[in-house]
Amino acid sequence: MAASIVIEDLVVRHGELTAVDHLSLEVAEGGVMALLGPNGAGKTSTVETLEGLRAPSAGRVRVLGLDPISERSRLVADIGVMLQQGGVYPVMTPDQALRLFAAYYADPLDPADLLERLGLAEVAATPWRRLSGGEQQRLSLALALVGRPRVLFLDEPTAGVDVHGRATIREVIAEQASQGVTILLTTHEMAEAEAVADRVAIIHRGRLAVSGTMDELTSGGVRFGAPAGLDVADLSAALGATVIETVPGSYAIDADTSGSLVGDLAGWLASRGLSLSDLRSGASLEDAYRAVVGELALAEASVDRGLSGRPATSGRRRRR
Amino acid sequence: MKALLAQTRAEVTMTLRRGETLLLTLGIPLLLLVFFSEVRILPTPGIASVDLVTPGILALAIMSTSMVSLGIATGFERGYGVLERLGVTPLGRGRLLAAKMLAIVAIEVLQALCIVGVGLLLGWHPTGGLTGGLVAAAACLLGSVAFGGLGLAMAGRLRAEVNLAAANGLYLVLLLLGGMVVPLSSLPVGIRSVAEVLPAAALSSTLHEAIGPVSGYTGCWIVLVVWGLGAPLLAVATFRFRGD
Repeated sequence: MAASIVIEDLVVRHGELTAVDHLSLEVAEGGVMALLGPNGAGKTSTVETLEGLRAPSAGRVRVLGLDPISERSRLVADIGVMLQQGGVYPVMTPDQALRLFAAYYADPLDPADLLERLGLAEVAATPWRRLSGGEQQRLSLALALVGRPRVLFLDEPTAGVDVHGRATIREVIAEQASQGVTILLTTHEMAEAEAVADRVAIIHRGRLAVSGTMDELTSGGVRFGAPAGLDVADLSAALGATVIETVPGSYAIDADTSGSLVGDLAGWLASRGLSLSDLRSGASLEDAYRAVVGELALAEASVDRGLSGRPATSGRRRRR
Repeated sequence: MKALLAQTRAEVTMTLRRGETLLLTLGIPLLLLVFFSEVRILPTPGIASVDLVTPGILALAIMSTSMVSLGIATGFERGYGVLERLGVTPLGRGRLLAAKMLAIVAIEVLQALCIVGVGLLLGWHPTGGLTGGLVAAAACLLGSVAFGGLGLAMAGRLRAEVNLAAANGLYLVLLLLGGMVVPLSSLPVGIRSVAEVLPAAALSSTLHEAIGPVSGYTGCWIVLVVWGLGAPLLAVATFRFRGD
């Protein structure tokens, strides 16, 4: 299937800071990709470049085969954009804003239907500045949808939204995906990515750390919970497989589940008077994310140690 | 065309619904017009105050709308991410700016009707006939472009709150030095020399010359044309659609 979004060796610099560092990605037509990464990883810079709001410092991006800046006028009718925040006249009501945006497009959706679908009918006459954060986000999504886009860019669509609002937004995203709309969304919500995306890309410090389908990222391995700070080197030796502590109190074993592995693990913990909890095969997306980002952080720390000749955190430890 | 008309209508509606904008663009000019026409405190021997004041108040109204109202609103829209968001719709940046200009013209026509109407009620006798009216319209258009360029140049670079203060400060300075209420001839020579190269004095002088009882200073049209060309170019060169 043809790619609707193509990112080739993209570099985005903000002055001295390199926000995106030789990133390459593709999103197939009709695909839903979640772009994950810590704050400052380069997610928003990447999306803004695709939207034509920012010029690449190097590399190339294409959306529906078009350059977002030089061919902006041909592209904008086919994309829907949800900025991370703002983007609406504060004095406008949802009804006014949707009707205004609808006038920009040749064949828009019915604003009244969109207000109803996104649960905004009751606040249709309330100025944007008086809407709750969740209502503002839902209006922003409605504005992105009103032109019947073929490609949707959603920058943290559920940030600051309550549980009910999140469910509505996820349903609407799923509906768009089922209608063949290509979607690229950034999020910090792993559950959201798991719920709506078929592919995930994790970026870290502007570089692609890993990308793949949800199955590829979450299959394999064994996860378990135990008190924080286990001697993972000793446990790895005992199990004959690498064990890492992904976050304090959560561990991943790089091996398939087997009776002997579970028995060895339980025995190792029991011999130290420790309890085992939350044992499961496979990984959640959050586990996978933490493992990837954690490994990268460790690798960076190793490089720092190599460069400085001492542990990167030694100074901090001494201060304590 | 549908997008342009919808945006223009939205711009006009939003402008007229802002109470502070109405005060600035209609309330203050009409108040000054009535006050300085009825209270004879201006040094205008042999000339009815209203004849001198009305062209100047027209110039003030143009400055209020094109520079202050447009500039402040645009600055906040930039800060709220509205300009950035509209830039990725089929409306585009070009039609957004065109809609803003059309909205300004529409509001200025409304202002002119009100000011001319009140001026006539107060006994204003415009000079110059039809030709004078056409020349005054041309001056207003040129003044709009000049002040609009200044307003957008500030709105496109300054933080919204700083822009708000700067636009209001500049408004006050140009009101006092622009020959709109206080005649240029009343200013000390040094200050007058500076005032005469500013767009406010150039616009009020061209209007006085076209439809008022006194002549403009030498070169007022040249100054207005220079600002009418230079200020928009400055705005184009410096304007940023993204907020800070």
